Amino acid sequence: MWLSEAVSSGPQFFYLVPLVVLFPVIGLLVNTAFGGRMSEKAIGWLASAAAGLSFVVAVLLGISLLSYPEGAVVPIVDWITIGELNINWGFQVDTLSVTMMLVVAGVGTLIHIYSIGYMHDDVRFQGDPGRYQRFFVFMNLFIAMMMILVSADNYLMLFVGWEGVGLCSYLLIGFWYDKGENGIGNAVAGKKAFIANRIGDFGFILAAFIMFWVFGTFEFNAVFELAPEVASLFPAAIVAITLLMLVGVTGKSAQIPLFVWLPDAMAGPTPVSALIHAATMVTAGVYLITRSAALYNLVPQVQNIVALVGAATALFAATIAVGQFDIKKVLAYSTISQLGFMVAAVGMGAYVAGMFHLVTHAFFKALLFLSAGSVILGLEHAHHHMEHNSQLKLPMDENDLHFDPQDMRNMGGLRNRMKISFWVYLIGAIALTGIPPLAGFWSKDEILTDAANFNPLAYWMMLAAAFLTAFYMGRQILMVWFGKPRSLPAEHANESPPIITVPLIILAALAATGGALNLPMWHTFTHWLEDSLGHLHAAEFSLQIAGLSSFLVLAAIFLAWLLYGRKYQAMQELPPDKRPDDPLRPILGPVFNALNHKWWVDELYWTIIINPYVSLAHFLADVVDWRFWHDWFHDTVIVGGYNKLTQVLSIQIDLGVIDAVANKLGDSVKRAAAKWRVIETGYVRNYALSFFIGVVLILGYLILR
Amino acid sequence: MSLNDLLVNLNLIMPITILTAWACVLLLVDLFIPKERKGITALLAALGLLVALALVISRAGVATSAFNGMIMIDGFATFMSVIFLFSGLAGIAVAYDYLIRSGIERGEYYVLLLFSIVGMMLMAAAADLIMVFLALELLSIPLYVLAGIAVPRPDSEEAALKYFLLGAFASGFFLYGTALVYGATGSTALTEIVSATTSGGVNLSFLVIGAGLILVGLGFKVAVVPFHMWTPDVYQGAPSSVTAFMAVGAKAAGFAALLRIFVLAFPPLAMDLTPVLWALAAFTMIIGNVIAIAQRNIKRMLAYSSIAHAGYIMMALVPYGQGNVAADTVASALFYLLAYMLTSFAAWAVVIALEHNMGEGRDTDGLSLEDYSGLGQKQPALAAAMTVAMLSFIGIPPTLGFVGKFYLLRTVIEGGFPGLALIGLLTSLVSAYYYLRVVVYMYMRDGEPVVRREPWLYFTALATAVGVVVLSIFSEPLFNWASQAVLKLI
Amino acid sequence: MVPIQYFIGLSAILFTIGILGVLIRRNAIIIFMSVELMLNSANLAFITFARMYQSLDGQVFVFFVMAVAAAEVAVGLALIVAIFRNKQSIDVDQINSLHG
Repeated sequence: MWLSEAVSSGPQFFYLVPLVVLFPVIGLLVNTAFGGRMSEKAIGWLASAAAGLSFVVAVLLGISLLSYPEGAVVPIVDWITIGELNINWGFQVDTLSVTMMLVVAGVGTLIHIYSIGYMHDDVRFQGDPGRYQRFFVFMNLFIAMMMILVSADNYLMLFVGWEGVGLCSYLLIGFWYDKGENGIGNAVAGKKAFIANRIGDFGFILAAFIMFWVFGTFEFNAVFELAPEVASLFPAAIVAITLLMLVGVTGKSAQIPLFVWLPDAMAGPTPVSALIHAATMVTAGVYLITRSAALYNLVPQVQNIVALVGAATALFAATIAVGQFDIKKVLAYSTISQLGFMVAAVGMGAYVAGMFHLVTHAFFKALLFLSAGSVILGLEHAHHHMEHNSQLKLPMDENDLHFDPQDMRNMGGLRNRMKISFWVYLIGAIALTGIPPLAGFWSKDEILTDAANFNPLAYWMMLAAAFLTAFYMGRQILMVWFGKPRSLPAEHANESPPIITVPLIILAALAATGGALNLPMWHTFTHWLEDSLGHLHAAEFSLQIAGLSSFLVLAAIFLAWLLYGRKYQAMQELPPDKRPDDPLRPILGPVFNALNHKWWVDELYWTIIINPYVSLAHFLADVVDWRFWHDWFHDTVIVGGYNKLTQVLSIQIDLGVIDAVANKLGDSVKRAAAKWRVIETGYVRNYALSFFIGVVLILGYLILR
Repeated sequence: MSLNDLLVNLNLIMPITILTAWACVLLLVDLFIPKERKGITALLAALGLLVALALVISRAGVATSAFNGMIMIDGFATFMSVIFLFSGLAGIAVAYDYLIRSGIERGEYYVLLLFSIVGMMLMAAAADLIMVFLALELLSIPLYVLAGIAVPRPDSEEAALKYFLLGAFASGFFLYGTALVYGATGSTALTEIVSATTSGGVNLSFLVIGAGLILVGLGFKVAVVPFHMWTPDVYQGAPSSVTAFMAVGAKAAGFAALLRIFVLAFPPLAMDLTPVLWALAAFTMIIGNVIAIAQRNIKRMLAYSSIAHAGYIMMALVPYGQGNVAADTVASALFYLLAYMLTSFAAWAVVIALEHNMGEGRDTDGLSLEDYSGLGQKQPALAAAMTVAMLSFIGIPPTLGFVGKFYLLRTVIEGGFPGLALIGLLTSLVSAYYYLRVVVYMYMRDGEPVVRREPWLYFTALATAVGVVVLSIFSEPLFNWASQAVLKLI
Repeated sequence: MVPIQYFIGLSAILFTIGILGVLIRRNAIIIFMSVELMLNSANLAFITFARMYQSLDGQVFVFFVMAVAAAEVAVGLALIVAIFRNKQSIDVDQINSLHG
């Protein structure tokens, strides 16, 4: 029905939208069913093709939106109908959702292709090539779930996708579940992510309950239409819904206080970090707030809270990033910080700026993660090569037995060995720090401009965060790529193959030019999103703010160069026992220690939440449940009583009465059978007689009745 | 009737026409097929059945009448024809190797089978008592011959003679009943009988007695107590492949005629006939199930079981006269016949697989319960098929038998006969005893069962067993199909 | 004209004789002949009723019945002959190897 309608109304492709979910589902089903018999290449390319086809569909949808900017809601099935609750699985096609689809499918496809090469090596280093298939199944599942999330036309369906991506995240963080600290480190990281997300999801669910209670529906359009009326009658409901949604956002998008899971999530394979924990899934919270703009606009006080949470996260995470040595951890904290920027932006009502930063961030952060993966792979290759080469065996003893290919202290000077990776990394880093004219500059500048206008406190926090961003990225670039190699594998690292570098180059091009989406003169992206979000204000480019932030960025880079370009290299000449591992350590002293230990947030959570919780659980399990409930109440009272009762029932009643009757009945039936079979004499005439008696009886009844 | 009319009418009943012509041709062709290659005849016969099946299905949904209303092609006839044609195919499949190893492979076997199926299809389509009589004879006479086809084996001859004499005896009653109905109403067409009855002026005692005699004649065919006595002997004595076919086909055809005649022509007599039907159903269920317990020969046990199942189906017929339940009566009976067909063939295929000629170095014929000991270990697939069949006979989910019985009992209770439903329930409980005994022997006794490895037998046993389970899960559309078959009839 | 009731009465008597023949006689051929008698009594009834209703239907049916009876005879006699070959007897009381 909807298909024919859609086709007849003109050259638009909205009816294709179910395919964005269907293609990855097909991909994962085929890979699940037949992956065992397919080559690695076939598995990888099939999964990539599934993601790529989704991208093609998203592009077609985008083209349709150019001529039909109002979009469409495409229903496919009635999902739940209970009483007055009627939930369809429908697809919301508008500029906002299609923007997300394009990012998810586009970046996703590139990362799929990258993974073909990356996972080929990774599964071999980890010693279980069989998991190659599983990886791509999970990846396709993730794409499908993310598509459900962004294309939903109601909050419940969105929640399905929200949970689905959480599941994929869990599965992929724990992908090497038997590796990590004590053999369970990765599994623990997965669990941590899941639990942190669950706390957030709980908020989301409560928000949904209240929404149904107040609005009686989950559908976006209906809710947004009713919202102003509800806000005037019952403002507390909107405040509760938006605040509880913010709880969900802090979980999914790693904001204070639930951000702690994201750094640990780096236990997953690097493409996962790039796709799920940098480019797409973690931005779902930003999407949720943007989607719910009509609700948040009604409650400025909540918006203020959102903005401050985002800005505080941006600053807080940026400080921690300065003190990390793990190349991926730095990027993880950077991601948290950048998500803080986005959340702050959407909190201030600067939805375009937030979404704009979401898009550019997807480009350059995916790029940074993937090139970091390329570096890690290069070092691992070299390390592996040396372990199995007798000539190089001797010098190996100098190194730790457990060589960590992700530790930046083991790197240095890689720019000569891995040229392509270096250049794309550099582009990504510049884009992130916000040096014009690369993508990050434009989007971050827009956020800062909006903040300066609406929320000065957030503005100054974010300005500080931007400074720190430039500093830690400068630190990372200098530690990884410049100077002299600080380990043997770093000396022998080699560039990765084209299947890895080509996606990097494409992403680098996007990271460099992505800012063109919403240049201050044209506001292309603003007008694009206006079709979904109603009228939006466009931040005017302010030379003063741009100049200030650019100056801070350059200053930070200069500072980084002083410390890591010069001082760090000079430190290398000192003997190992006198040389600090980071030039900041002697300067900042205990503060650096705090940064390095992430301000002891994890420890804090352990002390005030987890340990008391575990003690309580032990108490409940051991004393209340086991000793009282099980030993006394259950065993003594119930089981004892029940045993007595069953004894009475089984001996007196069952054996004495029921069995006796049943046996008698059974015996009598058997006796009847033996007796009655004699009627069958075998004589035809007897049979005819029986027949005739039957006739007589029937006719007799019929006549005499 | 001009030649053109004849051709038009023959075209209306095309599946039957084709099958008849094909059977005649096959009778001739068979002469030119060498004795050791009678398998070709079997294949050709199966081909004919498949063509007829395709025709029947392609014409499903067409409702028309032919030969001046003597024949009605409608949903009911289509549904039954599908059952008959499937039974024919299964009958050929179980006979194929069995006949060879029993040394009774003859081309006529398959031809007679085809003729009998033509009779059955006509029976389901007949809308005139004379037509029913002709169809009854057309299906019976080939079966008499088939029962005796193992001549000169004494058992087979005895079975054939008993079947023949009693069958002819029953036909006499049926025919006399028809004559009385004709006398009472002036017509033998079912629709005219009912219109004459309702418009009054008929000799009611003739009509009621005639109806009673018709019930007797058809009751013999479907083997309800007390007209069932031939069943165990004939089922045991006839070659097993014939028994398998007969147990399904003849019974289904008898019920087809009973359903059509009673629901179409005799609703005005419901007050008189319902108590009779009630008693017949009750006695049939009780006696069939109880005597089956005493049987140790599996063929004989299944014969009593088939009597009992005739009782269950009869149960659905009891409320036939109540307009609001009549549709369910027919639908549940049709559904149960389908379930019975699949279940029955699963069981008989296993029986045939285990049967062997005595004296080939063995002292049993593979037909007693003891011969099933250890089947579970030696032939898990066959044992599983047999188990499914037994569970379905009892009516335990997830089998078609369960669903069928559920619909039957529902109809009976809807019709206001909870007592009869209770008897049905209790007797199925009794039946569990002898059905499960087979399962116990298969899985819990040790033994060395001798089993034939014959592909078609295996295929039939497994396919029907799988069908019994799988269709039970998708029983809703099947029942809807059966219900739709009824709408045209009522 | 002879009243209808007489014909029906005759037909009923013939039918009963047929039934009794089946029940009483032991010779398979005689039993079979008794069955034929039952069929023919039905034929008589058909013809009577056809006359009563002044319609041809009943008379036509008789031809069908006769044809069917002929077919039954063919099959029946063949069976009886086959049994006779085996047992040298057609006494139905000697044929009871299948029972119970």
